[in-house]
Amino acid sequence: MKRFAIAGGFVVAVAVLALAPLCLGAYGLGLLIGLAGYVTLATAWALFSGPTGYISLATVAFVGIGAYCVAALSEVLPYPLVLLIAAAIGLAVALIVGLSTLRLSGVYFVIFTFGLAELIRQLVTFYEINVTGTLGRYIFLGITPEQIYWQLLALGVITLLLTWWIGRSRIGLALKVIGDDEVVASHVGIDIARTKLALFAVSAVIMTLVGAIQAPRWTYVEPAIVFNPTVSFLVLIMALLGGAARLWGPLLGAVPLFMLFEWLSANFPNHYSILLGLLFILIVFALPKGVLSFVEDNWMKRRGPRAADRSEARS
Amino acid sequence: MIVTTLIAGLVLGGTYALVAMGLTLQYGISRIMNLAYGETIIAASFLAYVLSSSLGINPLVSLLVAAPLGFAFSYMIYAIMLRPLVARSKTAMSLEIDSILATFGLLFVIQGVMLVFFGGNYISYSYMNFGVDILGASVAANRLLALVLALAIGGGLYLLLTRTLWGTALRAVAVAPSSAPLVGIDANRAVRLAFALGGALAACGGVVISMYQTFTATSGVVFTMKALIVVIMGGVGNLLGALSAGLILGLVETFVATYVSPGLTLAAVYLIFLGILLWRPSGLFGKARR
Amino acid sequence: MTTLLDISALTRRFGGLVAVNGVSFEVARGEVVGLLGPNGSGKTTVLNMISGSLKPSGGDIRLNGEKLSGLPAHRIARKGVARTFQLVRILPSLSVAENIVAALAFRSAPLWGAEVHAAADDLLVIVGLGGRGNERAENLTYIDQKRMELARALAAAPQLLLLDEWLAGLNPTELRVGIELIASLRDSGITIVLVEHVMEAVRALCGRCIVMTAGSKIADGPTADVLRDPEVIRAYLGASHA
Repeated sequence: MKRFAIAGGFVVAVAVLALAPLCLGAYGLGLLIGLAGYVTLATAWALFSGPTGYISLATVAFVGIGAYCVAALSEVLPYPLVLLIAAAIGLAVALIVGLSTLRLSGVYFVIFTFGLAELIRQLVTFYEINVTGTLGRYIFLGITPEQIYWQLLALGVITLLLTWWIGRSRIGLALKVIGDDEVVASHVGIDIARTKLALFAVSAVIMTLVGAIQAPRWTYVEPAIVFNPTVSFLVLIMALLGGAARLWGPLLGAVPLFMLFEWLSANFPNHYSILLGLLFILIVFALPKGVLSFVEDNWMKRRGPRAADRSEARS
Repeated sequence: MIVTTLIAGLVLGGTYALVAMGLTLQYGISRIMNLAYGETIIAASFLAYVLSSSLGINPLVSLLVAAPLGFAFSYMIYAIMLRPLVARSKTAMSLEIDSILATFGLLFVIQGVMLVFFGGNYISYSYMNFGVDILGASVAANRLLALVLALAIGGGLYLLLTRTLWGTALRAVAVAPSSAPLVGIDANRAVRLAFALGGALAACGGVVISMYQTFTATSGVVFTMKALIVVIMGGVGNLLGALSAGLILGLVETFVATYVSPGLTLAAVYLIFLGILLWRPSGLFGKARR
Repeated sequence: MTTLLDISALTRRFGGLVAVNGVSFEVARGEVVGLLGPNGSGKTTVLNMISGSLKPSGGDIRLNGEKLSGLPAHRIARKGVARTFQLVRILPSLSVAENIVAALAFRSAPLWGAEVHAAADDLLVIVGLGGRGNERAENLTYIDQKRMELARALAAAPQLLLLDEWLAGLNPTELRVGIELIASLRDSGITIVLVEHVMEAVRALCGRCIVMTAGSKIADGPTADVLRDPEVIRAYLGASHA
């Protein structure tokens, strides 16, 4: 019965959100688009980083790829095909990056993904200057904000359903085992590299699509705009604070933080980055045992109190 | 042409080596992944710029001001912001995430302050901007000076760490943080000093960079990125490794920029970085030795 | 008796150190073989190479004539090689049942859905943890964690079971229970290679023993004979029984 109630509630909520643009103004719709984008990004981020513990800062690299594909291709190809191509390119990049970096230890992965957006930004800039001879691009597509919102909403719903399904599937169990102990994982027959790669690729394709769907909102696109590293960190902190290991966690983190960021940038445009920085520091300090413990205590260890601190138990 | 490129590469590489040495001190000894490192560098560049353009002070003098300021600033950052995080963290992973998020916040604060004061434009000032003839190639004097300074400061640091008792204590903490107290080393103090010393090096690097390069309030991230790559290439905590890796990186970048395309420098850097990570995960020169 | 495991000239170097030096032996199907030797003699290294945690520097490992050496650990696991660890390794954030399900779901004939939980419960009964599947693994006592680890290894339906000091650190009562448990596995026909320091267990369980010192095999034969071999006593027992 409970399951039906949750499913029913979910359907009603989605229906309400889908009808919301009809009674909201342009500003409200803009907010909803941003919100749907960040919720989807945070959920997609958690899809990979939550169970594996790999902290990825590559989010904006994929978002940027998606946006740039739309900017570059929307004049010559029909829109659905452009989305497909964007997803394919995002997938290809994810596979290349994943194959080469997922065997690295955590810190190296963080650093690598940290620079990835900058790398892709430079490559796109290089390509635009040397091959096409332009840098900025205008996007003229007959896509209304409502349509953008509905696409994002659909993508967000798909992402949540996918996360839910993976959590109950064999691959979800494989991820939990990998998160707990990679040595055990490999010795019970789990192909660690392939599991991580699959998740990383799925998560990256979703991020790419978010970028592609949102692109028409920008009208004008250039590398410095779409590869803004702040986005990666915002998504990271939303997912971590909301609880990267829970289905609804990233959503719960993304909604209030997005509203806060939005308020800050509207009211303090010149001091936005200072305030954002202070907020980050504040968040780290407000959680007495650190962000990771907070996540573990509140979201991961839901099946009962811990007998002993894990690090003590292992030593 | 080759000589000019070679010298330009050495200058850039020397600068990378200098700033990477600071970062390897911070990450190798203090175990803090400081994402705001590049902002410390750029802040010092702005300091040199302001002193030079408004008060006419020679950047060499600014160096003497910037280094202690960088030291004091980083010392305070560690004592106020990072030490509490270190003290409360139970696992390396938890400290890593906390310090990445906190120093990312710091990055934004410093960058935001610089943007408020200086805006987002490219900044440069003219200092020793005349050519010097070397092996038939004309090289800007400020670049030569930058190279000399980078080597002198880096070499001095190397001697300080390898020839003095104090330096030995720091290296001991880098290799075995938990056993250092057993031989009477105050590990906390050592870690704080290493972090501050790293900040001083960043400040020196910033002044040196400002002598021959243009920069903006948002250039810091790229320097952090490259310094991190140099540190990992050279092996975390390894000063000579950082020196060699810095020079390699500088040379590769300059040669790619000159003979291939300036747009592909970062791609080249990444390619080398990835190659080294896959081929020798502990860096070109082994791990935390020196 | 058919040969299950065939190891020839197995070698592993760590830098300049030769941890395992040209070791060869065979294990027949259904046999229980003890791998003995002083600390640092290379026993666990041999086990790690069989299970794929370490790649051999040289030599050959075959299971049913199929080459194992060089395969990644998960491929070896799916061929029916299961193991426990010297320091017990549990999946702390998972429940006891999930620890077992993890192995059932990824073996070569994977189980999933309702049947996987029934199978996990059956295995827990075998190791004496019946009805405790919902507890968190990290809340178990040490011996129960070891039981669970064994159940997880059995869940792989192994042809070959590698036990690395599985009986170490148990008190006398627990030890007796533990020996009985392994004896029952032996009687069910599983081939077992066990690294063990507890002589009581070696005598009770192993028909045959292999002794290593400093990376080389120095004795291989029926347990009683090997334990009487003067060279073995000098190399190994001499150190602790002198």
